[in-house]
Amino acid sequence: MTKPASEADEPHSQVLRIPADQPLALESGLELGPLQIAYQTYGTLNPEKSNAVLICHALTGDQHVANEHPVTRKAGWWSNLIGPGKPVDTNRYFVICSNVLGGCMGTSGPANINPATGHAYGTEFPVITISDMVRAQARLVDHLGIERLLAVIGGSMGGMQVLAWASLFPDRVFAAMPIACAAKHSAQNIAFHEVGRQAVMADPDWRSGRYFEAGVRPVKGLSVARMGAHITYLSESALQRKFGRKFQDRTAPTFSFDADFQVESYLRYQGISFVERFDANSYLYLTRAMDYFDLAADNGGSLAAAFRGSKTRFCLVSFTSDWLFTTAESRQIVHALNANGASVSFVEIESDKGHDAFLLEEPVLYRTTQGFLDAAASACGVKA
Amino acid sequence: MSNAPPHSAIIRSDHHLLASMVSDGARVLDVGCGDGDLLAHLAATKRVDARGIELSRDGVAACVAKGLAVIQGDADTDLFDYPDDCFDYVILSQTLQATRRPKVVVEQMLRIGRNAIVSFPNFGHWRIRTSLMFRGRMPVNENLPDSWYDTPNIHFCTIRDFVELADEVNAKIVQAGALDAAGKPVAVTMPWWFWNLVGEQGIFWLARR
Repeated sequence: MTKPASEADEPHSQVLRIPADQPLALESGLELGPLQIAYQTYGTLNPEKSNAVLICHALTGDQHVANEHPVTRKAGWWSNLIGPGKPVDTNRYFVICSNVLGGCMGTSGPANINPATGHAYGTEFPVITISDMVRAQARLVDHLGIERLLAVIGGSMGGMQVLAWASLFPDRVFAAMPIACAAKHSAQNIAFHEVGRQAVMADPDWRSGRYFEAGVRPVKGLSVARMGAHITYLSESALQRKFGRKFQDRTAPTFSFDADFQVESYLRYQGISFVERFDANSYLYLTRAMDYFDLAADNGGSLAAAFRGSKTRFCLVSFTSDWLFTTAESRQIVHALNANGASVSFVEIESDKGHDAFLLEEPVLYRTTQGFLDAAASACGVKA
Repeated sequence: MSNAPPHSAIIRSDHHLLASMVSDGARVLDVGCGDGDLLAHLAATKRVDARGIELSRDGVAACVAKGLAVIQGDADTDLFDYPDDCFDYVILSQTLQATRRPKVVVEQMLRIGRNAIVSFPNFGHWRIRTSLMFRGRMPVNENLPDSWYDTPNIHFCTIRDFVELADEVNAKIVQAGALDAAGKPVAVTMPWWFWNLVGEQGIFWLARR
């Protein structure tokens, strides 16, 4: 027994299986095949195939964007935005969301069985990039018979994928909505990711990535990585508002290293609950993919060149208190798009919730998304 | 730039006159587009490719919710990003007086657009002159509702001042108009000094010379 059957190999999703003779050419120069892509769809593709909206998920998200999660039993991570009568109205739009390449919820990644060896890939899985994720998604879109997507929408790492989609396949994206993201991962963001990866790799149970064979998992390491990352998703003021210096189930300090403070208890919970649904090696690969993302570098050092001649409509969104992907970084993308005379909207939303704001109750985001998407749909003749 | 008094009769007639200067199907950038009323009007009636820049977050959100392509930005800083000649018309409606460097803004408008259309409150209007002459006070009225210490309008000018600015930035005046206090166009045949006295709003269509 090398590894128990899991969401990685047999997901609770539809799966596109791509045979070994049609491998995916990766940015690293390697080829990956066979591979599988797990995906969810919502709504109905119209006969003209003009109403498809692709949702790209963030680092720790997955394809279960608007349905109950098969592992955590929680509502889909963007079920406030997507569904019947919601801003992304599944009565009108055909919504697709796939697990990213390198993920652990059914699309090929390090937790999947390597058919060449019969055990989990682990660190034998090739290092992948945001562009590789997008090229894999393009295979899925091909498979669904869709020539052009009405819109591609995503936040954070999902936003990076949206930008890569618009840059790699400009003719296949009518409208692009990158939210709370940047055209490159900053030194600070790479630094945070490196701390997370080192936490995973410092866990003795990581076993150089071969933990499945040993029947263990680097629970502690991944949990610490998640705790650190989670701080970067919140703002200082949101932490202060939620927790302040309040004690957890006690009225005075215990003079120990227990979780005396609520914020400690909260972070520990975030770490532990994350480990239940996420694969540690996946976390290494996906954070690496984000680190490597630099759209300007991919286009001869010019971000404007990444969008040259683009006919895609863009709508960028940032949040005032997001210090992981700042408004200034969104604005750089806006400047590059303006330099091309592209059609671009840019909204900075006032929020004190930090980077996570894009996932939370945010009426301005809802109105912006709905207005942008519905205008694109009208321009494409999609029936209301 | 959301400081322009919204939805007053004067502003609507100003939009009406502005819109009459724009040709069908043109590429239009409205700088300081507020809630997007003018852009929406132009998109609906003239089928223009409508873009906007707006300083206030609420204004931008309202525009995008209407399906308009509008960015959160500043006339003083964000026009530099656009390449030369990327618009047929760049419109600055009731915003010139709130910019930090009006001359640079007008120059940039004429660089990125073949035509620039500017409307502004005329500080040479007789009511303002009398307010200063007889009351000795800065004017506060329905179109300029803020006290001097609150107003975002930091660079008021008169119609005659603007004519001189047009000359300084090497622009030719394709068409000029003025609206009186009732929002009615001032007769075209009148001389500048008369427009400057009775025009509450000045509206200028400029092109590169």
